[in-house]
Amino acid sequence: MEVIRSQKRTPSNDTVSNPKIPLYLTAPQMEVRLEEFELFAIDRLRVLKGVSDGLARGRNPKEMDDLVDTLWKEHMRDPDASVMLNKDIISHFVLRLVYCRSDELKKWFLSMETALFRHRFRLQNFEAQRAIVGEFGLPYKAVTGAELEGLKERLGQVVRSLGQISPTVEAVYYKVPFEEVPDLVASRRVLIQKGFAFVAGSQLVSLVVTQFRSHISKALILTNRKWTTTIREREKDRLTPIVEALSTSYLGPDYSQSTEYAEISLKDIDQVAKSSFPLCMRHLFEKVREDHHLKHGGRMQLGLFLKGVGLKLDDALAFWRAEFTKKVGSERFDKEYAYSIRHNYGKEGKRTDYTPYACQKIILSAPGAGDHHGCPYRHFSEDNLRAALGRMGLSSRGMEGVMDQVRNKHYQLACTMTFEAVYGTSCDAGINHPNQYFEESQKILKSKTPPAPV
Amino acid sequence: MTREEIESREDESMMDAPQINKPKPEEFFNVNYLRIYYGKRTLFPYSDIHKWLSYGHDGKHPGCDEYYFGRREFSFTLENDVYLRYKSFKNASSMEDAIRSHFPYKIDIGAVYSVDPDKRHAYSQTGSNVFTPVERELVFDIDITDYDDVRYCCSGADVCSKCWPLMTVAIKVIHTSLTEDFGFKHILWVFSGRRGVHCWVCDPKARRMTNEQRSAVAEYFRVYKGNENNARKVALMGYSLHPFLARSYVDYLKGFFEGELQATQSIFSTKDKYEKILAMISDEDIQSELRGKWENSARSSLSEEAISLVRWEQLKNTLQSKKHKAPTLRMCVEEIVFTFTYPRIDLEVSKQMNHLLKAPFCVHPKTGRVCVPIDPNNCDDFDPLAVPTLSQLIEEINSGGSRMDVDDDDDSDTSLLGKSIKFFRSSFLEPLLKSCKEEIESSYKTKIGKSKDSLSW
Repeated sequence: MEVIRSQKRTPSNDTVSNPKIPLYLTAPQMEVRLEEFELFAIDRLRVLKGVSDGLARGRNPKEMDDLVDTLWKEHMRDPDASVMLNKDIISHFVLRLVYCRSDELKKWFLSMETALFRHRFRLQNFEAQRAIVGEFGLPYKAVTGAELEGLKERLGQVVRSLGQISPTVEAVYYKVPFEEVPDLVASRRVLIQKGFAFVAGSQLVSLVVTQFRSHISKALILTNRKWTTTIREREKDRLTPIVEALSTSYLGPDYSQSTEYAEISLKDIDQVAKSSFPLCMRHLFEKVREDHHLKHGGRMQLGLFLKGVGLKLDDALAFWRAEFTKKVGSERFDKEYAYSIRHNYGKEGKRTDYTPYACQKIILSAPGAGDHHGCPYRHFSEDNLRAALGRMGLSSRGMEGVMDQVRNKHYQLACTMTFEAVYGTSCDAGINHPNQYFEESQKILKSKTPPAPV
Repeated sequence: MTREEIESREDESMMDAPQINKPKPEEFFNVNYLRIYYGKRTLFPYSDIHKWLSYGHDGKHPGCDEYYFGRREFSFTLENDVYLRYKSFKNASSMEDAIRSHFPYKIDIGAVYSVDPDKRHAYSQTGSNVFTPVERELVFDIDITDYDDVRYCCSGADVCSKCWPLMTVAIKVIHTSLTEDFGFKHILWVFSGRRGVHCWVCDPKARRMTNEQRSAVAEYFRVYKGNENNARKVALMGYSLHPFLARSYVDYLKGFFEGELQATQSIFSTKDKYEKILAMISDEDIQSELRGKWENSARSSLSEEAISLVRWEQLKNTLQSKKHKAPTLRMCVEEIVFTFTYPRIDLEVSKQMNHLLKAPFCVHPKTGRVCVPIDPNNCDDFDPLAVPTLSQLIEEINSGGSRMDVDDDDDSDTSLLGKSIKFFRSSFLEPLLKSCKEEIESSYKTKIGKSKDSLSW
């Protein structure tokens, strides 16, 4: 792929044989305008972010199909089909450059691209799916007509043996040499006859997706190698700044730069904690006040949150010092804790400006004995959670809705419902970041209270 | 040698403790017998084994790979447990010479490698593994000691006419699946010499399977997941059996369980026995209900078999009416049948290409019996205790008995080993070689790209 500055677009000589979903097997041989390089990538990123949101909110597969359809039409569509295809391909490869650069980025990109592929595949009609399967070079043949009729009863038996009480024998089955699907054979998830396995359409999706995922995963490693050895340096005045900028916007605002809404000062902090902090941060805050200490996980989670909320470094140091010195003394505080607070603000060491944790990260953390970080909706016992929600002011009716979400492991939805119950308004966007909770909360409270007289 | 004498020999299987009045093990297996067995050209079928493992590459067709046989690994286990691996032979006569100079107690067959196993060190092995298995039959090993928790007549190395039928049923289930489900055509079943059976699937497709694919087939066959920690070692989930399991159940297992097994094992007749079965029912109430019926029944007039059958009916009826109580009860009846009858293969043997397996027509050191082929279509007739032993063969020769010339086409060959060798040839080797030759020819033709017409002027 060649990136050029010219205004003229040279016609693409990328002849794509058929599929509506490209497989991104090889980098396209075409020229790309510099502006397109960035814009296409941003549009695709919006799609991927939408997919990420959908998954975090626990959407079922059908809902995800619809979501992907909507997102794609909104951000990636073009009246000219070949332009749309080029955009698809180019944006994918640009984002590979962006997301190959660290393990965390790779993991996110791989998950989202795979999910995107899965749902786009499911949206295709039978013919298109077959064509895609063919593109992977997999020897799958569709079973139809009389042959399918003859197998229907046993295919139903297979479905029932897998736990579905009334078997829905799917409309499409593929006849595949059994050697191609060892996983399905080993777990007896397919009918096998005369050396052929009969793979259902839905099983095919997961096979194809596995192939896709494996390919992208390998590609990311190669891309990373190329990036670090040649591209980054070669492109340091042109593409590299664009690439580096693109990844920081991956989950929406990262709250590392506080906005004017969010600036708080030390004297307000207790009041603001009670009125606007999400449960996870409230809990940590209360514990700091109570125990005059927090272990590392808690310090990180709360400390970065406070930074995002607008607490300046000096105020942060004062806050932590005020509490910790009650337990460990001033000298130890300076020696052991002050450094890492400054580190969080980017004033020490690598000078990375660390970003506050999003819900996804907090939910996935593993608090141990003596820890108070993590997501209370996930990590608290039911009794403790109820007590905490009660202290936030939830009625028993509101609590049931929240507990229901918790039981279904939809922790962010639980937090969203808490928000809605506390502030009496709906939160359509859904909570996916503690700082977002804070900001939304502040917006509501400020709109309710008249400005204080000067 | 009468059958009674053979059977009494079978009772003393261990070679260690010397006992008074019992015939010493050396009497049915020893090096001298081996020398005769491998020394004579008319006992161990050298050329048949060579033909088999050459798979048609006999050098007579331009498409043959004349080095194919030479890349096959063999291993010899000698007297005193000396073990020689990575042996390979250029042709039948060098194989013969090697066997005749060592007289191995056991001969194992391994995989066909990328280079002569014998010469594997001569090739540099930088980075990419030059010495690697390229072809290997898909093999299965079923050993009756794996069924010790469900057979009451014998345990350990012993086997008798009461428990051998478990092997028969295993052969039927696996063989049907290999042919019907997987479409394999060239399958050889062999008696392991003492207490089990081996299966060699020799289709080209099978020989080229990867370890992952072999593992998949082994797992497909796996149902029993037992160890001491769980009482319920077969767990059939879902709302019905997979078609393969359903067919096995309906065609073989159910009938065997309700018929022959009850007769030979009487699995409900004593408290110890039936408690084991009750433990497989995951509902205390049902267990108590049945226990109550059985503890108190004084049916001394009935035979053990009859008692077992009655209790089995009671169990089935009770479970039928109560199976909706829990998902784990849904197929409890089937689970019990599977636990007692379904084949238990040794997964590790099947999963790896480089696994060595005993060669057919070897002699088992502990029993003196020859590892003869078993006809899967007539496996009910196979009797492990009637398999010729070394000493029987030797005696037959000494008495100048029946014609030993097994190369004769006469179907009435009555020599002890001749029948087995004839079966090996006609049922297995000939169809296999025919299909191999066809394959060699057709792939040769494709390679050359010649057609008949191109030769015409």
